[in-house]
Amino acid sequence: MIDSGATAFVLICTAMVMLMTPAVGLFYGGLVRRKNFISMIALAFIAFALVSIQWVVCGYSLAFGTDICGLIGGLDHIFLQGVGMEGDGIPDLLFMVFQMVFAGLALAIVTSGVAERIKISSFIVFGLLWTTLVYDPLAHWAWGGGWATQLGAIDFAGGTVVHISSGFSALALALIIGRRLGFGGHGMEPNNIPMVLLGGALLWFGWFGFNAGSALAADGLAVNAFVATNIAAATGALAWFALAWVRGRPGSVGIISGAIAGLVAITPAAGFVAPIAAIPIGACAGIVCYAALVFRIRRGLDESLDAWAIHGMGGMFGALATGIFAVAAIGGVNGLLYGNPGLLLIQAVDVTIAVGYSFGMTCLIAKVIDAVMGLRVTEEEEYVGLDIAQHGESARV
Amino acid sequence: MKMVTAIIRPEMFNAVRTALEGEGIYGMTVSEVMGRGAQKGIALQFRGKAVPVDLIPKLKIEMVVRDADVERIIRIVRAHARTGRPGDGRIFVLPIERICRVRTDEEDPPES
Repeated sequence: MIDSGATAFVLICTAMVMLMTPAVGLFYGGLVRRKNFISMIALAFIAFALVSIQWVVCGYSLAFGTDICGLIGGLDHIFLQGVGMEGDGIPDLLFMVFQMVFAGLALAIVTSGVAERIKISSFIVFGLLWTTLVYDPLAHWAWGGGWATQLGAIDFAGGTVVHISSGFSALALALIIGRRLGFGGHGMEPNNIPMVLLGGALLWFGWFGFNAGSALAADGLAVNAFVATNIAAATGALAWFALAWVRGRPGSVGIISGAIAGLVAITPAAGFVAPIAAIPIGACAGIVCYAALVFRIRRGLDESLDAWAIHGMGGMFGALATGIFAVAAIGGVNGLLYGNPGLLLIQAVDVTIAVGYSFGMTCLIAKVIDAVMGLRVTEEEEYVGLDIAQHGESARV
Repeated sequence: MKMVTAIIRPEMFNAVRTALEGEGIYGMTVSEVMGRGAQKGIALQFRGKAVPVDLIPKLKIEMVVRDADVERIIRIVRAHARTGRPGDGRIFVLPIERICRVRTDEEDPPES
């Protein structure tokens, strides 16, 4: 039975989440040097286009096909076989495309780890392998009836599937591809902070579709997720802002980074916790991610645009926080604070395996591609910038 | 007085500025410029074909200084803007004819 309200709502949410992928491109593009501005935005569009096709060919089936041993979906839905206009509440086709925009976004987030130095052809191969071998299994585990679902792990809108996977994969990729030329010595200030803020604004907006839409219905749960999402974004922004202020002048990039940290952390929790729990979740996420960023810089790791610090660590914290703050009145499961410490344990197991799997598998994929075709552009191309070297275009005015 | 114009790699600017400040040289005008030198830009390989990148971003520093400081500045810029590869830049030294302050009607003597 198709519910027209739910269908209309999820259609709109799908379009909102789609906008988040180029928004990540704008966010990243503003953070890099001007010679790589176009490259970062282009990578986001490429990620989205690639995953769109991979998803309808086999990705959706691998994630949501008939479960095989709790590990992966079967091939029963390849080329959208059996995915039609009928469905439970919303058409299966709509559920498919709603899930597709998440997969596209995840790959765009990963580009943080290779910013300003990835060879475009290698990124295309990497992207296809990554979304097939990392994203699709994780989506199956959490949402497609895999072992994490069977274990009772909860992930409302993709804290583990989207954010832990992309964040830790970005870290793995950054370690394999190596630091940017001149990292640590040369100035690498953001070239266009207003563009970072515009990207951040679109992300905040799109996140309402991301989290509220994950209720898959236009109901009270969607509203709960919507409100919790905004509260977490706000407290995350304020917490980061305050920390940055204590240590110096509070930058605008810090405010928007804090908001994204809060949004990431509330993602797994939005439909399982009371809206007011988003205050501690968002605030702690701002602090955790800020600390992760400081740690990353101190260690001299060139995970260039902090997908690991914000999405990886924020997603990790959010998944654990879900195990703490979940309450049965909202999502049907109680967490640690409501007398069920078992959930926190399950969440911890889920997080550990997701972190290990995404990091390890990405390392493997990156190593193989590096050996076969080389991940990185030449030194001269990197010096001139990827806009000219890879695309033959320039953002210079 | 002399005008010292240094055209350097943009990413070396912070090191050069810090070193100049360390030697008490503060006054400068800085602009982002595009240019090419003797090697006519950089030739990138794209699908086996050479693709020339003609104009490359550089940073131009202009300083009006006493004659006695010129050698010191050249030494500092060379020490901190050099990578050893083509494209490190140039330093030009020009004579100054007149120095007129805008705030007052004063003219600073251009000699020494």
